[in-house]
Amino acid sequence: MTRSRRFKLQLFRITIFIVLGAFFLVPIGAMLEFSTRGNAINAPRNLDAWKNIVQTPDLVSAITASLELAVITCLAMLVLLLPTMVWVRLRFPQLNRAIEFICLIPLTVPAIALVVGMVPIYRWININLSDSILTLAFAYLILVLPYSYRALDAGLSAIDLKTLSEAARSLGARWGTVMLRVVVPNMSSAILNASLISVALVLGEFTFANLLAYENLQVAINYVSLVDAGTSIAVAVAALLFAFALLMILSFVGRPPVPVAKAEDADFELGKTVSLSGGLVGRAR
Amino acid sequence: MTTGAAGPGRGVEVRLDDLQRRYGNATALAGLTLTLAPGELVALLGPSGCGKTTALRLLAGLEEPDSGRVVVDGVDVTNVPANRRDIGMVFQAYSLFPHMSAMRNVEFGMQLHDVGPAERRKRAGDMLELVGLSAHAHKYAHQMSGGQQQRVALARALAIEPKVLLLDEPLSALDAKVRSRLRDEIRRVQLEVGTTTLFVTHDQEEALAIADRVGVMNAGRLEQLGPPTTIYSRPATPFVAEFVGLTNRLAGVVKDGEVDVRGARLPLVKPDTPNGPAIALVRPEAVSLVVDGDMVPGPLIGTVIATAFLGATSRITVDMGDGTVLAQMPTSEAGALSAGTRVRLALRKDPVLIARDESKPTEA
Repeated sequence: MTRSRRFKLQLFRITIFIVLGAFFLVPIGAMLEFSTRGNAINAPRNLDAWKNIVQTPDLVSAITASLELAVITCLAMLVLLLPTMVWVRLRFPQLNRAIEFICLIPLTVPAIALVVGMVPIYRWININLSDSILTLAFAYLILVLPYSYRALDAGLSAIDLKTLSEAARSLGARWGTVMLRVVVPNMSSAILNASLISVALVLGEFTFANLLAYENLQVAINYVSLVDAGTSIAVAVAALLFAFALLMILSFVGRPPVPVAKAEDADFELGKTVSLSGGLVGRAR
Repeated sequence: MTTGAAGPGRGVEVRLDDLQRRYGNATALAGLTLTLAPGELVALLGPSGCGKTTALRLLAGLEEPDSGRVVVDGVDVTNVPANRRDIGMVFQAYSLFPHMSAMRNVEFGMQLHDVGPAERRKRAGDMLELVGLSAHAHKYAHQMSGGQQQRVALARALAIEPKVLLLDEPLSALDAKVRSRLRDEIRRVQLEVGTTTLFVTHDQEEALAIADRVGVMNAGRLEQLGPPTTIYSRPATPFVAEFVGLTNRLAGVVKDGEVDVRGARLPLVKPDTPNGPAIALVRPEAVSLVVDGDMVPGPLIGTVIATAFLGATSRITVDMGDGTVLAQMPTSEAGALSAGTRVRLALRKDPVLIARDESKPTEA
């Protein structure tokens, strides 16, 4: 590559970086600015809005509920999807298409239509089982299916599942051992990706909770914004920063355990970054 | 030799009893019966789709037979799941667990067999030494070459001290030089530990080089089972003759227990073959080429069109006017036979097989 070409490429990269950075950072900066100003035009800078977050009981319980929902949804998704997908790939590969189709359906149905369908179910659940907000996890599980399926599918495609599981079986491993000690460690980044998407989706969900009359984080932010715009913006910024922090942590946790050295015949590349098609989630490298 | 004599005698007898397996309408195994003597290395050889891999997977417990029995060391294990069969396996595809070092890979099976940490580490070290990879114990799969990975896989399979060792084309992903070296190493290790071994391959050279006995399979059946020399020099069926080694298909006429090929009368392996036109299968090394003054054109006179130098021997292609014949002879004798030389074929009077079908001979 010539020097001028390299320079142009570098310039291009920097430009893209600055434009995209501005695109994301300007609104967040504006939100930070707004949430640290009082209500008057030239009011002195203060952290009242941020302090209000923890002093508004509704907000605290909504944040807790949303975090709990995120964890429950994420775990339920993994417990449901991972063994199913592994089993289908090993035993019934002809069903792969059908499973993929089923998992992608929620993507094609608008959230509002899904909710309308779920209202009677939730009425029944409220009466007969529980009226806890945590029952929303059921609806959220369906909501995150398409995204987490894609992430896990990419991870499963990156390993030779059949050979690895047969090797483990022949060495004396039961199916549970195969899953926990061979499959899971080798698709940790895909599992982290799927989990991250699920958490992000649940934390940002508004339609389901609002129409089913539950108060999760987004619904609470909406209420608070009616009375105290500063606090609602502060919560929104906090939620965003939380998601960023999560992303950073996950991208470090998901790294391969050893520095990658080149093998003699590079026919077997591992530690590949598994990312979602469409670039919903990228790995910070 | 029907028993691998060497080794500390850890081998057990393995019996496959009339195994049958179908996939939909396709028959993968049509009743395979095979007994491996303790410590023996048997190679199953055949074209792809002949059922050899199915046989191995049934023995490993990775698939279930439609009927038949698998007996290991006198115990019927037909319904025992793979993880409780005590069978070590090396796969065609690289199968090391990517998130574990070579050492941890070898330890994995022992851990599942409740071997204590100290004993485990010691045995894993011994195993890696056995395959010559002590220096690479802490490397991960992606840091090793294909040959090294397969050696670790072998060490891993043997570390659980399996009753039976199964090798599913372990060399086919490697390049030629590594392949022949690793092949000899597998044999050395197998003799050293004395484990009864089933080796599946489509490469006849591999099978003939390291097996005590070779089983040639075709369409779900065992065509012939015997020591490599017998398989090569006395093939029992036309399929074996044509699959193992090179064979000339020469047109001839069967008459009274002999076959007349271009005027040369050769004995038959099966003297009861009915009279009539037939295709005789003649090995290139049973064809010698003579150069003398008397080259009157006749059915046995041809012209050399190509010579291929194979090292100690050379393969010569002779144009007979109505087709070609391959001859193989020591290079020292083939020196004078350049392209264009007129030669006379001399067919050794070994018993020959008649091809099972009447399709075209190579010379027609």
